Amino acid sequence: MTDDSRLIPAGSQTVGPFFSIGLDYLIDRAPVLHADKAGRIEVRGRVLDRDGTPVPDAVLEFWSPSLTVSTADQDQYPSGFRRTATDINGNFAVAAMRPAAAPLEDGRMQAPHMLVLVFARGLLRHLLTRVYFENEPGNTADTVLKEIPAERRATLIARLENHQTNSYQWDVRLQGQDETVFFAW
Amino acid sequence: MIELRTVETAIPGTQPDYHFPGYVSSIARSPRMPLVLLPETLTEKTGPVFGHGLIRQQDDDLTAQHAGDPLGERIFVHGRVLDEDGRPVRGALVEVWQANASGRYLHKMDNHDAPLDPNFSGAGRMITDEDGRYCFKTIKPGAYPWGNHYNAWRPAHIHFSLFGAGILSRLVTQMYFPGDPLQPLDPIFNSIADEEARRRMISRLDMDRSEPSFALAYAWDIVLRGRRDTPFEEARR
Repeated sequence: MTDDSRLIPAGSQTVGPFFSIGLDYLIDRAPVLHADKAGRIEVRGRVLDRDGTPVPDAVLEFWSPSLTVSTADQDQYPSGFRRTATDINGNFAVAAMRPAAAPLEDGRMQAPHMLVLVFARGLLRHLLTRVYFENEPGNTADTVLKEIPAERRATLIARLENHQTNSYQWDVRLQGQDETVFFAW
Repeated sequence: MIELRTVETAIPGTQPDYHFPGYVSSIARSPRMPLVLLPETLTEKTGPVFGHGLIRQQDDDLTAQHAGDPLGERIFVHGRVLDEDGRPVRGALVEVWQANASGRYLHKMDNHDAPLDPNFSGAGRMITDEDGRYCFKTIKPGAYPWGNHYNAWRPAHIHFSLFGAGILSRLVTQMYFPGDPLQPLDPIFNSIADEEARRRMISRLDMDRSEPSFALAYAWDIVLRGRRDTPFEEARR
C-alpha cells in the first residue's frame, strides 16, 4: 500500500462564494427541456443546509458516461457532463439526455444514474453522491442502492414531477433530517 | 462474482474534514451521517474531456481582457498537473478565478469596501499541454477581510478548478503565495491537518521564469488523484 514513489494528491479547498467569476461560462442558468428532443430529462431541486435553509452558492456537476448530447451542445460541453449552480433561493435545474443502464465488470447492470459533485461555500471538500430516477425497474437490484440502508435510499432517487415522464425533482440536503447519502473519496 | 473495488479514500490529514468548526460556514453545511463506500464502476472510472473550443484568446492572460492594464503586481503563474505516479496529466482543463490587487472580487455579493478595477475581471482558463503544463499571466491578488471571526482576513490566493483523467480526479483548491503571514491565521488554509500537505498549496517564487523589468513568476505543481490509465472518452477537437 505504501510506496515511496507515490505522490500525494493536492488538498482540496472550498470553492468559496465567488466561484461564478470562473465557473459560470459552463453553466446553463436556464436549461430548457425541449419536448421534441426525445430522451431528454430535467432534474430540478434545491440544496439545503442543516436547518433547511436554501444554499444559494452551490455548484453541482453531473456526470454519466452513458450520456450523449445533441450537436448544438458540442462546442460547449463534453458529452455526459453538466454543471449547474443554485440561485438565490437555493434552486437548481439541469437538463440532459436520460442516462442509460450501465454494465458492471461482472455483467450485472446498474440502474440509470448520474454521479453528482457538490461544491459550496462551507464545503472544504466537494461532496460525492449519485442521483437515480423514480420508477426505473433496475433500481431495486442496483448494486449501489442495495448497499444503502433502506431508510436513506430515497435521498438518492429523484421523484417524477406530476404527470411528467421526463421531469424530476431531487433535493440535496447537506445535513440534518433526510441528509443525502454522500460517498467517501 | 467479481468483487468490485471501492473508491479509494484519502490519506488522513491530507484532505480537510467536511466539519471544521474553525471555518464557521462548514458547521451547518457538512454531512454528519457516515460517508458510504462506493464501488468503482464505469461511472467513477470515466470523466469528461474538454476541448480547446472552450478556450478563448486572452483566457490565459488576465491582464489583457480589457482595454487598459489592470492595477497591481503583474505575475506569471505556471506549473504542471501530475497524477499520483508523477506522470503529466495532458489535456486537463484548468479554471482559475481571483480577487483583484485590492482584494476585491468582481462579484455582486462581494461587499468589501475596496475598489473594483475596470481592467480586471479575474477569470481565466487553459488546457494543459503534452507535458501537463499550464501557464497564465495575471495580477497578484490582494488579501481581503471576511466575516468568519473578528478581524478575519484571507491570505492572498488564486482559486483553481481542475479536471483530470476521470471524474474522481476532480479538484477545486486554492493556490497561496510564499511568505504570506496570514496563512497561519486562516482557518481555510489550516483545515488541512498535515503540515506538508498545507505547504504544497503554497507556490514557489520562480526567478527563472520571471521576466526582468516586467513580471515575477510563481511555480505551482498540482497532483491529481489517479494512478494508471483510466478509460475515458475520446477527446473531441
